[in-house]
Amino acid sequence: MTITEDAPAGHVGSRRLRKEDPALLTGEAKFIDDLALPGAIWVGVVRSSEAHANIVGIDGSAALEIDGVNEVLSGEDLAPLWGEGALPCAWPVTPDMKNPTHLPVARSTAKYVGDAVAVVLADSRYAAADGAAAVVVDYEPLPAVVEIEDAVADGAPLVHADLDSNECYTWGLWGDNAPAIDAAFAEAAHVVSERYLQQRLIPAPMEPRGCAAVPSPAGGELTLYSATQIPHILKVMTAVVLGIGENKLRVVAPSVGGGFGCKLNVYAEEILCSALAMQRGAPVRWTEGRAEAAVSTIQGRGQVQHIELAADADGKVQAVRVKLLADMGAYLQLVTPGVPLLGGFLYHGCYDIPNYMFECTSVFTNRTPTDAYRGAGRPEATYAVERAMDALAVSVGVSPEEIRARNFIGADAFPYESSAGLVFDSGDYQAVLDKAVALAGLDERRAEQAQRLTDGSSKRIGIGLSSYVEMCGLAPSRVLASLDYGAGGWEAATVRISPTCKVQVVTGSTPHGQGHETCWSQIVADKLGVDPDDVEVLHSDTAISPTGLDTYGSRSLAVGGTAVYMATEKVIDKARAIAAHQLEASEDDLEFSGGVFRVRGTPEAEVPLAGIAFAAFTAHDLPDGMEPNLEAHVTYDPPNFTFPNGTHIAVVEVDTDTGDVDLVDYVAVDDCGVQINPLIVEGQVHGGILQGAAQALYEDAVYNSDGQLVSANLGDYLVPSAAEAPRYRLDSHATPSPTNPMGVKGVGEAGTIAAAPAVINAVVDALRDLGVTDVDMPASPQTVWRAIADAQGGAS
Amino acid sequence: MTAVTLTVNGTERSLEAEPRTLLVHALRDDLGLTGTNVGCDSSSCGACTVLVDGQSAKSCTMFAVQADGADITTIEGVADADGTLHPMQQAFHEHHALQCGYCTPGMVMAAISLVEEYPGLDENGVRHGLEGNLCRCTGYQNIVDAVLAAAGSGGD
Repeated sequence: MTITEDAPAGHVGSRRLRKEDPALLTGEAKFIDDLALPGAIWVGVVRSSEAHANIVGIDGSAALEIDGVNEVLSGEDLAPLWGEGALPCAWPVTPDMKNPTHLPVARSTAKYVGDAVAVVLADSRYAAADGAAAVVVDYEPLPAVVEIEDAVADGAPLVHADLDSNECYTWGLWGDNAPAIDAAFAEAAHVVSERYLQQRLIPAPMEPRGCAAVPSPAGGELTLYSATQIPHILKVMTAVVLGIGENKLRVVAPSVGGGFGCKLNVYAEEILCSALAMQRGAPVRWTEGRAEAAVSTIQGRGQVQHIELAADADGKVQAVRVKLLADMGAYLQLVTPGVPLLGGFLYHGCYDIPNYMFECTSVFTNRTPTDAYRGAGRPEATYAVERAMDALAVSVGVSPEEIRARNFIGADAFPYESSAGLVFDSGDYQAVLDKAVALAGLDERRAEQAQRLTDGSSKRIGIGLSSYVEMCGLAPSRVLASLDYGAGGWEAATVRISPTCKVQVVTGSTPHGQGHETCWSQIVADKLGVDPDDVEVLHSDTAISPTGLDTYGSRSLAVGGTAVYMATEKVIDKARAIAAHQLEASEDDLEFSGGVFRVRGTPEAEVPLAGIAFAAFTAHDLPDGMEPNLEAHVTYDPPNFTFPNGTHIAVVEVDTDTGDVDLVDYVAVDDCGVQINPLIVEGQVHGGILQGAAQALYEDAVYNSDGQLVSANLGDYLVPSAAEAPRYRLDSHATPSPTNPMGVKGVGEAGTIAAAPAVINAVVDALRDLGVTDVDMPASPQTVWRAIADAQGGAS
Repeated sequence: MTAVTLTVNGTERSLEAEPRTLLVHALRDDLGLTGTNVGCDSSSCGACTVLVDGQSAKSCTMFAVQADGADITTIEGVADADGTLHPMQQAFHEHHALQCGYCTPGMVMAAISLVEEYPGLDENGVRHGLEGNLCRCTGYQNIVDAVLAAAGSGGD
């Protein structure tokens, strides 16, 4: 570790309060809908009420009667705006993947409830909403395919009539392993074969989406403001789709109220507002409503998982075989097809399993497109393997912690090459589990559990473990190339030191709640020996931060933070050369600490960074040939992923009379590598756990057989409140990642990945002696009650 | 259009509103007080919580005309004039009770009202008292701790 060698201030590792907070706490922060744009055209989107239907006619006459409604435009009317352009999918995972043309506004056929079919242009947000509601669309309903397995059934209706099936692609990972896998299953003492369902989830950041496109008619330029995680990617894609020169386009993400993956996209409304603004020469804006968001923003998960484990008599797993059906929805959004692949490398979990087979068939359905949602493939993989490991523990007759201990990748095995082809960086999975077991007080909990059974209490205790490893720090560009992803995985940073020795950091990473400004300041302050408050961090605007690949996949710190670290080192190198020149010493004889260069062995010969900064600015006396100013830019392409890991333990109380599940304790021990700010790490873990627990217990995008989303608002889609949330008890066990100089791994998705299997394993554990072996998510009172009744002989 | 006169953060303000204009849109669009956020369209999320005559209210669930003559406090009005944060804002800062910050103005206003109305709240009381305010980032633990701390320090 090098980070603390020249860091007497020690800001890295401290629980520094966030510099982002004051603007957010006082209402000063500007979110997308806060932008004042006088004279803007408000867009209202008319969305399909049908899951699958031909658009026979669009009657805007009633809408046009409304004060302030100026135009009603159909997909046909709008088609010339994008010409041949369509919404992009950047991840063609196989050469024969089907990618149906996805227009921002449908021209002839609506493919899902929420599909845009017409647009209203109005003077105000109210007129736009009134107008959209007043447009009458004449639909000719077509048969819809709603559920995943129905999409691949014989005779299934086609989502896209011009394709010969609903299959989008099949992608596999098994190499030449098939005979060894068959042998492992043939010889296995224990075989576990399970089918799990990943319900669709609605990401539901508290801020819905929104965008505003502001043209500069004289210059032919456009500024697109959007509540997005990815201004840089959005800029490239908007330029390509609409044929706007990148030099004429600026994309700004203002304060963004959470994303969780659903703002990692290029959406119809962004293209629509941009195109209209260019055409009309006026600002065009749209703000999403919450019920609208449920169908117009991507959803997460949506998989049917088949997982099989083959284990020897001791419970040592020799092979894992996974077949997945994944729901793409009606169209492919930016990375829709790649999401199952991100889990596809991790179905062996944190276990040393020599034989690996993964195959995913992805299908179209008449539902809202899916895409990345917090964890993106990895929560699904972790859920399947952690549920299956519990089933194996039962089969072998050992405890959940013992079956994991027998199979963990050993602490001495790193770097560890997995049977799925990844090289894991570092970890001590057993030590992490041991810490979690101790923190949870597992023995006492089990005694309590047994006592409740003895007492015949209807309120049973269940204890669930989940050990996980994830791949983060997306991603080495060459690896992305091998996966046919359409971009790289690097990140950029610039560090500038001003004449008065204030520091400006420009990052290509785009925060939306994570605390980049605080963390980047801590990193830079330690390196330079300055106060973190003297560091400003600029981001999220392509005019200020022109180079970047944005925020997703727990990549910000491991990739973007590393770029900042390296750019800072590069600035120090330049400052060192100037210092050596001023001190008439060799660079090799200089040491730099606390913001001062000193000649080793000659303590009086020193020059502070502030002096160097001013000298670099005046440029009166620099070494021959050196450019003025202290500034450095780094683009960092990581050599590998990082592999955060951990063990989480959930304790639930299940009321067998009502099926109600109460999450009474939650313990998490995570290894996210070196922590820059433990306060922020804990916050990420807290929120992640609740999002994972919410999948386990509450949240479900419920569709009826007609393809109507029946849980489209926050009254029906149960985002948990403080009253449902448990108190989290956390610890950590850092093994620094050797992949990057700070030893960091990432923590944005850890909680979400670990929590759902821990909670469901706990629910099943509470009910096992009643014969319950599986409970679907979300484990609502009704679902749990039915699982008990079914296990007891269909008493329902 | 109907004339509406409100006292907002201590200052009398007048505006013309349609009868159906929501209070939150009057505050945001007519008075430029964009600190109060809109997170849903079903009175579920609480992002738009303000104080109406001292009591917390979801400003998406009131018409502007209903607030005629009322005394409204929004997030912009709780810190001191010199910028010193209200004790509840300060407690949120010190406990890392916000991440993206979108729910935060409503959460802070609801919390201010809660501790004023129910002195001596315990953790369970805080959790149930805030169940009308959703946060997607924090998992609530730091919010609960912040509210308890502010209540303990006489947070008003």
